Amino acid sequence: MTPAAPVWPLPGIPAGGEPRPGDFTPLDIDPELVAAWLVEFLRDEIRRRRGFESVVVGLSGGVDSSLTAALCVRALGPEAVHGFLLPYRTSSEESRDHALLVAERLGIATRAIDITSAVDGYLGESEPDAGGHRRGNVAARQRMIVLFDQAFKLRALPVGTGNKSERLLGYFTWHADDSPPINPLGDLFKTQVWELARTLGVPEAIVDKPATADLIHGQTDEGDLGISYRDADLILHHLLRGNPPSRLEACGFDPTRVSTVVDRLERTHWKRHLPTVAMLSATAIGEWYLRPVDY
Amino acid sequence: MTLDLTIAQFKPTKGDPDRTLADIVAALETAVSADPRPRLVVFPETALTGYFLEGGVREVAMSADELFGRLADGYGASSPSVDLLLGFYELDAGHVYNSAVLARLGPDAALIHVHRKIFLPTYGVFQEERFVESGPGIGAFDTGWGRVAVLICEDAFHSVSGALAALDGAEVLLVISASPARGAAPGAGVPGNLARWDMLGSMLAAEHGVFVVVSQLVGFEGGKGFAGGSAAYSPRGERLATGPLWDEALVPVRLDLEDIARARTEEPLFADLERTWTRLLVNSPGAGVGRPLPGASTDR
Repeated sequence: MTPAAPVWPLPGIPAGGEPRPGDFTPLDIDPELVAAWLVEFLRDEIRRRRGFESVVVGLSGGVDSSLTAALCVRALGPEAVHGFLLPYRTSSEESRDHALLVAERLGIATRAIDITSAVDGYLGESEPDAGGHRRGNVAARQRMIVLFDQAFKLRALPVGTGNKSERLLGYFTWHADDSPPINPLGDLFKTQVWELARTLGVPEAIVDKPATADLIHGQTDEGDLGISYRDADLILHHLLRGNPPSRLEACGFDPTRVSTVVDRLERTHWKRHLPTVAMLSATAIGEWYLRPVDY
Repeated sequence: MTLDLTIAQFKPTKGDPDRTLADIVAALETAVSADPRPRLVVFPETALTGYFLEGGVREVAMSADELFGRLADGYGASSPSVDLLLGFYELDAGHVYNSAVLARLGPDAALIHVHRKIFLPTYGVFQEERFVESGPGIGAFDTGWGRVAVLICEDAFHSVSGALAALDGAEVLLVISASPARGAAPGAGVPGNLARWDMLGSMLAAEHGVFVVVSQLVGFEGGKGFAGGSAAYSPRGERLATGPLWDEALVPVRLDLEDIARARTEEPLFADLERTWTRLLVNSPGAGVGRPLPGASTDR
């Protein structure tokens, strides 16, 4: 196919034209605009709507939680952000060091609570043969137990850190990473998280390192997913804009990468929803009885 | 003749018209204390309750008469006379509309006009046709300080709306909007929807040689942000005023209504439309006047 004519986008109307495998500009953002946008979101949702003055953020040492903490500091001030390091016995030293580094840069207080005994209290006693996948899910849920409890104790609101790439690929633990009531990064692809993190001064060592769930030494997100976030994000962007896989392949996208993304996307719609409730009446909540979350 | 008005870029308390009414009155009192005192204060779409209400819309909708009465009482008869345009969910004989009321408050209080939104977006994040009904039409009306027409959000996205308002004599198009922010591509410095609004407001004004005033809602509703960025445009399409991003603001604007004639003389697009409009409707099959729209025939 011949390349599309040069695109002259009208303001506010996303550029059309043919998806191009090497063209990552559709993922470009205005990071200062997005930062201001998310700061206002956090202020409105935390203070104005919910009446909280502070937040709790789990600091993994990765870019998502570092950026989330940085945005919360911009929105509420450092004294209003409580950082929690929640290591399991297999968590790396580097993760801890990076979490402390970002906390120091942001001037926020941290507390470390080791979740090993809680996780192993279940797995070690009752399920010693559980593999890494199950162990990761249990650890993720345990971290949320701690975060929500600490939030209750501190009269603070837990803030989520999941990004759009993870959400669309289903690469998260259901009712764990996705459970905090507000999430500033959930409509940003990982590629965009990196760009925004650089703008907000998240240390390069954190932005540049491979993303990892830090469960097994050497494990990376991209290794687990079988595709780089950059490639996955571009494919996801075009799929969500209404380009079917066949069009992406016709435009030169690698069919294996496209199918890797499409398979994960289509297998995980359920993870992006609340539990399925059997509807018995014409007053079923969320089906007939429709009220927005902030009503 | 000049018209001093204030755009009230406003953040309602979601689903709480009682509290929001008090905030609206407070904003009005602040606005009328300015020098020069505005003749009109323009609040955004659904400023009384917030925009995304889903099935809650019937619980907070009220009649235009009730809203006017509560505004007039809240503002009081001893405060300076001021006109107000306010977006609200209107309940009338069991029907719900996305409406705007233009009312005079103060010693000469009167309900002047109600416009019911025509074009109800029902796609993507929008669900209006599920919960409200469409209004009857678009027309202009006299206010004592000028002839105006009201458009609500998507009404303004259809250029025929501006044409109908201008053909009915409108000198000022008062556009109220609740436009959820989306799009953060580099370049514009504002969310993509506001860049689109800027283009739209400018072109709407220049096409018909009218003033266009756009009052935008501000604040977040369930993660969806209304970014503000209200604006006003001259009959040549120049931006006369701009509201800030993300914050509430009272934005003063002065309109020189005599500029309309000058702009229309320099570029008589509107005169061309006036001359050809009826002929155009009759002779253009797509208009559906006097003959069925293409594809509408049933006798095959």
